[in-house]
Amino acid sequence: MASPTTRTAPSTGPAPTPAPAPLRRLGGNLRWGFRAYGLLALMWIRVSFTYRTSFVLLTLGQLFITALDFVAIVIMFANVDVLGGFGLAEIAFLYGGSSLCLGLADLALGNIERLGNRIRMGTFDAMMVRPVPLFAQVCADEFALRRLGRIAQAAAVLTWATASVDVDWTVGRALMVPYLVACGTVIFLAIFTLGAALQFWTTDGSEAANAFTYGGSTLTQYPLTIYPVEAVKALTFIVPVAFVNWYPALYILDRPDPFGLPAALQFSSPVAGLALCLLAGLAWRTGVRRYRSTGS
Amino acid sequence: MLYAAIAARAFRRYSTYTAATLAGIFTNCVFGAIITFAYIAVWRQNPTAGGYDVTDAVTYVWLGQAMIMTVAVWNGGATDDLAARIRTGDVAIDLYRPVSFLGWWLASDLGRALFHLLTRGVAPTLVGGLLFDLRYPAGLTAWLLFAVSVPLAVVVSFAIRMLVSASAFWLLDDTGVRNLQAVFAMFFSGLVVPLVIFPGWTRDLAMALPWASYLQVPADIWLGQRTGVDALAGLGFQVLWAGVLLAMCAAVLRLAQRKVVVHGG
Repeated sequence: MASPTTRTAPSTGPAPTPAPAPLRRLGGNLRWGFRAYGLLALMWIRVSFTYRTSFVLLTLGQLFITALDFVAIVIMFANVDVLGGFGLAEIAFLYGGSSLCLGLADLALGNIERLGNRIRMGTFDAMMVRPVPLFAQVCADEFALRRLGRIAQAAAVLTWATASVDVDWTVGRALMVPYLVACGTVIFLAIFTLGAALQFWTTDGSEAANAFTYGGSTLTQYPLTIYPVEAVKALTFIVPVAFVNWYPALYILDRPDPFGLPAALQFSSPVAGLALCLLAGLAWRTGVRRYRSTGS
Repeated sequence: MLYAAIAARAFRRYSTYTAATLAGIFTNCVFGAIITFAYIAVWRQNPTAGGYDVTDAVTYVWLGQAMIMTVAVWNGGATDDLAARIRTGDVAIDLYRPVSFLGWWLASDLGRALFHLLTRGVAPTLVGGLLFDLRYPAGLTAWLLFAVSVPLAVVVSFAIRMLVSASAFWLLDDTGVRNLQAVFAMFFSGLVVPLVIFPGWTRDLAMALPWASYLQVPADIWLGQRTGVDALAGLGFQVLWAGVLLAMCAAVLRLAQRKVVVHGG
């Protein structure tokens, strides 16, 4: 996901190596991109420690706000025994999975959603002239370590759910859990990037992106059996958030697909992730290319 | 009148951002639809949970989406501007205006709330009504009671947000307190789950906290769960909290003016 309009790392001239030059350049770009991202993130972490009280309260706030999401589900279960045919532990598994993936993606590049604001204020131009990959800058901008709050809470729920669900744990099932988290995170990373890239066209529309990121996470907290079948198909083939946790979870929880969709979907999360990443990369590149400064 | 003029300016200020408003309405509708299906699943299992039927529950979802911005459940509004002005020191100008400080900001927030009610409030309700079967107030009295209840909800919310912003006089950065308040507000307003389905004593506790004024009381009036004396008691509850919290605001602001050195010299 290196961005196109950035300068490359200082090159040291034509050094004779076996790898072809374009590939080497890409590797160098990527390494420089990640390094720049790390340095910027570190800087913002130091900044956040300046107002210590605020940092602690913000992290706790993140933890509580997501914890209450789960308490809400528990309250629903004070009134019912099953929801859409799934018990509390199973829904906790779905919730923990989707919330953890969103949390990780949000930590990595959540502030990308402020792109529209930056375009409006003209500060995006300043980023473009810096000799640091643009995408790395945008992702690391105001890197918010407090988001560990959500991650910690989601991980706790996922751990509890994994221990509580009535499943015959095979090696394959156990391996599916980290696989779910990895694929789901990639899917949310791509959705965040897509939402941000759209702001090159609609500067004020950042809130619409929330419908897909946070909305996607809220939606997949519940078993998809509560939605109409058309919606589930749309969530599989159009906005593929069903691949974040629903399809892997069907395999892990040993459930036949309630909608009778092919079992192969349960292993297709990487395909969905890759497709979304390609789309997000394309949208981002196109957006950066067509970007004209606000002109003020 | 001065306060009306302030409110009108705030209304116009928010009405400038059309794309942002449309994007927000879209997001409210997406969340409304998601939560609707979750509630339908709950009420299909337990058709009388919390004394609501499934139509009540679905209506409640869309009222909730309508109230998020109107009542500014998770912060925002005039008080956020105030917090920024306290940090930069611009608040000094507000303090020597020949107008009530609290009145100035309340008027500004009411203007904002009116704009959000007419856009972010009405639009999701209409969309919800098109997509699902909703319940509407049973008669003119219910509509009138609801029309009184909503501004009261805004005032209670304003007073709480004002107290949070005023903490910036001491803490400088109020984001931590603000987010923590947002957590309580979101949960205890009944935005995540209606307070009526909270189990046992937690229900009574949640119904007594000021955040119950945000959504649960107006929604119960809308749904006809509170009629007659009950509805009046609901309004009384809101008035009581509004009075107590505004008095606290006034006290805190007086303390801040005496104790605190304004930044930016």
